Amino acid sequence: MPAEPLSGAEIVIKALVDQGVDVVFGYPGGAVLPIYDALFKQNALRHILVRHEQGAVHAAEGYARSTGRVGVVLVTSGPGATNAVTGLTDALMDSVPIVCLTGQVPTHLIGNDAFQEADTTGITRPCTKHNYLVKDVRELARMLHEAFYVAKSGRPGPVVVDLPKDILFSPGPYSPPEEVRHKSYRPQLRPDPARITQAVEMIARAKRPLFYGGGGLINSGPKACACFAELVRLTDAPCTLTLMGLGAFPAADPHFLGMVGMHGTYEANLAMHGCDLMVAVGSRFDDRVTGRLNAFSPGSKKIHIDIDPSSINKNVRVDLPIIGDVGEALTAMLGAGPAALRGNDSAARGEWWRAIEAWRARDCLRYDRSRRDLIKPQYAIERLYALTRNRDVYITTEVGQHQMWAAQFFKFEEPKRWMTSGGLGTMGYGLPAAMGVQIAHPDALVIDIAGEASILMNIQEMSTISQYRLPVKVFIINNQYMGMVRQWQELLHGGRYSESYTAALPNFVKLADAFGAVGRRIEDPAELDDAIREMLDTDRAFILDVAVDPAENCFPMIPSGAAHNEMLLGPEDEAEKPVSEEGMVLV
Amino acid sequence: MTEIERHTIAVLVDNEPGVLARVIGLFSGRGYNIESLTVAEVDRANGLSRITIVTTGTPMIIEQIKAQLSRLVPVHKIRDLTDEGPFVEREMALIKVASKGDSRIESLRLADIFRARVVDSTTESFVFEMTGSSEKLNAFITLMEPLGLVEISRTGAVAISRGPASF
Repeated sequence: MPAEPLSGAEIVIKALVDQGVDVVFGYPGGAVLPIYDALFKQNALRHILVRHEQGAVHAAEGYARSTGRVGVVLVTSGPGATNAVTGLTDALMDSVPIVCLTGQVPTHLIGNDAFQEADTTGITRPCTKHNYLVKDVRELARMLHEAFYVAKSGRPGPVVVDLPKDILFSPGPYSPPEEVRHKSYRPQLRPDPARITQAVEMIARAKRPLFYGGGGLINSGPKACACFAELVRLTDAPCTLTLMGLGAFPAADPHFLGMVGMHGTYEANLAMHGCDLMVAVGSRFDDRVTGRLNAFSPGSKKIHIDIDPSSINKNVRVDLPIIGDVGEALTAMLGAGPAALRGNDSAARGEWWRAIEAWRARDCLRYDRSRRDLIKPQYAIERLYALTRNRDVYITTEVGQHQMWAAQFFKFEEPKRWMTSGGLGTMGYGLPAAMGVQIAHPDALVIDIAGEASILMNIQEMSTISQYRLPVKVFIINNQYMGMVRQWQELLHGGRYSESYTAALPNFVKLADAFGAVGRRIEDPAELDDAIREMLDTDRAFILDVAVDPAENCFPMIPSGAAHNEMLLGPEDEAEKPVSEEGMVLV
Repeated sequence: MTEIERHTIAVLVDNEPGVLARVIGLFSGRGYNIESLTVAEVDRANGLSRITIVTTGTPMIIEQIKAQLSRLVPVHKIRDLTDEGPFVEREMALIKVASKGDSRIESLRLADIFRARVVDSTTESFVFEMTGSSEKLNAFITLMEPLGLVEISRTGAVAISRGPASF
């Protein structure tokens, strides 16, 4: 006897469960009521009720990036979908696998400007990896399974499935994931063996090699990161990581030069500039990494391993592109054996390391440690790092100066521990992302390193955190300014601090209290350790509002339009190296 | 500066809603040029459409265009006809010329030379149908300008490789 056909809404639930989903971040509304009804009648899926749809997507991103699984979002039509757009764009830029189910008005009303109607597939087309509008319930199961496949294969990204309400009520057939195979989408995973051989030869010949890893390593998985580390150590080459790649290589390893790019370390950027072979692995030569393109690493041959062919030769022309999964490519390269990879010019390698050590000796992350009257933001993060070492810790951030200081001063030894909005630079990312991380890792220590401006962009999620009793810690680096805006205004706009000062900040202690969390504010450096310990020892959500030096700038810095060897190391450099006219128009 | 090149690119895509918007959105969103774009279903059984795009850009941009197109989920195959050997490119135009007297006779005579067909005529007008390379169409249209040209409708280029090899 054939089983009773499922309704569209029941098909949605079954497809999610069959895809191994355990948590959905969402917010109900008219168009998705049938799904919420189906959710009510089952126990396999847990629903986390956020307070704004943007928060749902960031939470799903935090979940996805800390687990390597697909994050799932459920929102209603119209404003539900448009509110999700920032999160979707963020996930697209940072290659995070997300499936976002959006409600839609019934098919016969589409195009009629119906209540809460928006052209969701139209709006999300440029900010998703792919999207679907389900117009026939017989297509529903296939499209849902395809959505998961597309989201996680190749270069991951967000996929929207738009679900008209009548489809959710219609009975239809269900097919399990195994029976669904996408017609044509098959990203290339296996690299070309001839190019691997060529890469190995280039590495062995290099006098001044540099490995430059990115978020692709983390997306590929722990094996890719382990292979990357093995390759770096085997060849005794220096390595640097992008903002998105932090944790892909252990920060404690002496081969690691720190982060590269605009606020990367002096040694990493000068190594980029001075190397004779650059091996880019799952990184995309972003403008924040390269600085001025016509002066970018002028003397090097470049190997670029990436799963996305469109990342190759987009900004920087490379000599040897290798398309495929970075894990597979690195495994294949290691397959050549240590003898083939190691060069025989140890004198040249020694010279390269001596140059790097000289750059390292500049101690580019130094800051004024003599102040006893106020808290330096760098010091606050250093202490947070010191006091959370050896803990099961996950860090998220908002966007701005605090984010860069976190990237510089918090050291990550393993992947998936660091969640930040790199490509889109979304203020308001960190709190909901921390929420998603905490849901995925209930017993872990999850800290959102925040700025006082960013945190207010999605502060409503404190209510979600309270509802699910999530012990998320919010560590606010409070300088009363949109610090990065203020820093650029100081460097580029004659110190005219137009609208970058927040004159009416909330009392974050009372705010924490209002949301059922614990709050504390500190202004004295002597109190810092005690306050951090209190935060860590509190088994509830905690906001630690750290009043820091409002005038501190984030260094080192490659000003826009400048090259890697034109870094500003500190305030004393500002006057000597004014930013060029051309640089000013760049972001 | 690197040379700007003109390329004709054929793209085989799933004939599904929004696929054309995806391709066009890619070009506008990333600031690429479209000289012409045509699309029609070519394989009903497998639901495939063929898009022919004529675009211009530096070699690096052209390479990016192809890579970005291949990244779109409903795209099956891409061929850069300009890069991959000889190909035939054709475009059709309907050209309306309204004139009397000598101009009218001259337009008809030129149409004959260019092998344009008359598909509609009144005592004051002709509609010429013409197929050929875009350059040939341009040449004919230029000649018609002083002879009473009033309206043009063009299809944009379609193209296919020469020889037995197929997509």
